Amino acid sequence: MSAGAVFLWVILPYVAIATFLVGHWWRYRTGQFGWTSGSTQLMERKILGWASPMFHYGALAAVGGHVIGLMVPVAFTDAVGMKENTYRWFAAIAGAVAGAVCVIGLCGLIYRRATNARVRRTTSRTDLVVYALIAALIGLGVWMTFAINLLTSSPYDYRSSMSLWWRSLFTLRPNISAATGANTVYQVHAILAWGFWALFPFSRLVHAWSMPLQYIGRPWILYRSRYAQAGRGR
Amino acid sequence: MKVRAQMSMVMNLDKCIGCHTCSVTCKQVWTNRPGTEYVWFNNVETKPGLGYPKRWEDQEQYRGGWTLDRKGKLKLKGGGKIKKLTSIFANPDLPLIDDYYEPWTYDFETVVNAPLSDIDPVARPHSQLTGKPTEITWGPNWDEGLAGSQETAMDDPLLADMQEQVRMAYEQAFMFFLPRICEHCLNPSCVASCPSGAMYKREEDGIVLVDQDKCRGWRFCVSGCPYKKVYFNHSTGKAEKCTMCFPRIEQGQPTICSETCVGRIRYLGLVLYDADRIEEAASVPDEKDLLDSQISVFLDPDDPEVIAAAREEGIPDDWMEHARRSPVYDLAVRWRVALPLHPEFRTMPMVWYVPPLSPVVSTLELDGYEADPDDIFGAIDSMRIPQQYLANLLSAGDVGVIREVLHKLGAMRAYMRKKEVLGEHDEEIAPQVGMTSAELERMYKLLAIANYEDRYVIPQAHTEQGAEMMKEQGSCGLDFDGGPGNCGAVEAKPASSSPIVPSADDDGFDLIKILQGGKR
Repeated sequence: MSAGAVFLWVILPYVAIATFLVGHWWRYRTGQFGWTSGSTQLMERKILGWASPMFHYGALAAVGGHVIGLMVPVAFTDAVGMKENTYRWFAAIAGAVAGAVCVIGLCGLIYRRATNARVRRTTSRTDLVVYALIAALIGLGVWMTFAINLLTSSPYDYRSSMSLWWRSLFTLRPNISAATGANTVYQVHAILAWGFWALFPFSRLVHAWSMPLQYIGRPWILYRSRYAQAGRGR
Repeated sequence: MKVRAQMSMVMNLDKCIGCHTCSVTCKQVWTNRPGTEYVWFNNVETKPGLGYPKRWEDQEQYRGGWTLDRKGKLKLKGGGKIKKLTSIFANPDLPLIDDYYEPWTYDFETVVNAPLSDIDPVARPHSQLTGKPTEITWGPNWDEGLAGSQETAMDDPLLADMQEQVRMAYEQAFMFFLPRICEHCLNPSCVASCPSGAMYKREEDGIVLVDQDKCRGWRFCVSGCPYKKVYFNHSTGKAEKCTMCFPRIEQGQPTICSETCVGRIRYLGLVLYDADRIEEAASVPDEKDLLDSQISVFLDPDDPEVIAAAREEGIPDDWMEHARRSPVYDLAVRWRVALPLHPEFRTMPMVWYVPPLSPVVSTLELDGYEADPDDIFGAIDSMRIPQQYLANLLSAGDVGVIREVLHKLGAMRAYMRKKEVLGEHDEEIAPQVGMTSAELERMYKLLAIANYEDRYVIPQAHTEQGAEMMKEQGSCGLDFDGGPGNCGAVEAKPASSSPIVPSADDDGFDLIKILQGGKR
């Protein structure tokens, strides 16, 4: 086993996970004021009106797909009686729809950020890195879904390669051979993804954790006392 | 009964001369920062006019405030919680920056560096959003004093149902000024619209604020406020709004807009209200009943029952004393000459307006009404500012309310004129408007003389209740990143969101070169 393989499939993931965890702890404690969606809708709303929902809903669906693909072992789908072929078509078609919606949205967002001077002016260097990483990740991911899974007679079985390695990281017994033997496109996608997770807490991506679901059960009007606890309802 | 105190403001439109001192001092104190160049917590609009942002009063366009659902229950006009969460990636009702205006500055550096020349150098306008040279096509006060209004004023939403009566011909035109700040509503739709729970109303004084650490930039407060008085700071990505200058109010000082008002039009004081009755009062079916129902939630600070309940709620005795002397309680509740702005938005706004009467005076003088007070009431009906227009602004279209207020103001003038000029005490005037002569004289003292200590009756915050405040000793409190305060504790900020891009780099227009050429 080469040093390069250990670096790519063991050290890099664990460094990224550590950065992700410690980074969030640090950001939450010190960076509340900068914790925002960083919306530019005030500057441009026509393209954003369709591109932003497409991108976000597509991305959320893709996240769901990753959870299923990476976390659910083959043994489980077998146990509930789902055939490999059924699983493959379900995953490929759902993934293709989510990926296509997400890519169209992302193209719209990149286009407006590149061409609208007002929006471009609000773009930070971190934003640029985030955009580049997301574009590469989604581009590769959509290529994988379409070319290697959907429109081919012999789809690639990532569940018996990348997924095994990914799960093995969390049992602290990294299965390096499952990763080194995997399809190269999948490998690049996975390596870039660790960069994405490491950058996550230091970028505006943190707004993903602020999905305000607590809004649903909340009273309409919130009161706060200057001297007492926050957030007493009407 | 749950007694709470609210710091509230009255503005006497009769005396506003539209000088914008309030706007300028407010801007210098609060929004003179990158990302807030376009933001005016306080602005003064010419009415009729489009306002800032354009047509903000049209809730069919912006969908701010509250409305009633089919069962008569209060709901946000912009949609419920599920709708908000599903449209969080693109708020369908958010104004565009051009609805406010594109902020600009001037390229002063070129003027300063210009060589000696026969031609006078000029400073080109540059956008503060992009830094590039820009054409100025709209501003926060573009239709100031009816400038250009022959082209734009008919888009004023308030004129929708009265096109026939209004003429934009110069000699028939009317106008008045409307200074606006956050209404610090009793039923704030911005607070209800905030998915993060970052916005709140203070229990002690009713001031509505945005928690800058909790705000996540979802922008629904901006569209949820029907007055468009919550703004998005595009540099910090957070919502900001008028704070009613709470650091000053807590010290017993008036807000900066009030303090610097040269016309002495502003009044600040406490009003007590019953927090348990707000939702019910904001839900009355007929919009024209909203004024009465809002008045009905206010509590009489002289009522022993109220005093006992207030003490139970922990409202300090000196605050009750201030509530009893409150000019706002006198003008809005006791005498009812101050009216809320657009009660039909159902937010129960707490900035009140005394409608303008001034044009009546010229009518009186021209038509020789002067001697007979009865004719004042006749003249009010034929005054230049149509009562319907004031009603659309201040009483959900109810002209009767406006007429009643104007009659009271007219009676005050007539009574005081007789007293001061003729030396007569006409005891018959006050009863005609349901007041007493003593009340008319007090109202005159408050509105016409307007002494500083009568205008501002502001209790100090009881900081001794807050052990927490000790920790803050010696710090500025407003000097967070991007915050307005700078007590020398934070780094100097850039002057603008987008520093000027030199014209030479943009469109090749190089003034210095031209001037040097001209010298030859």
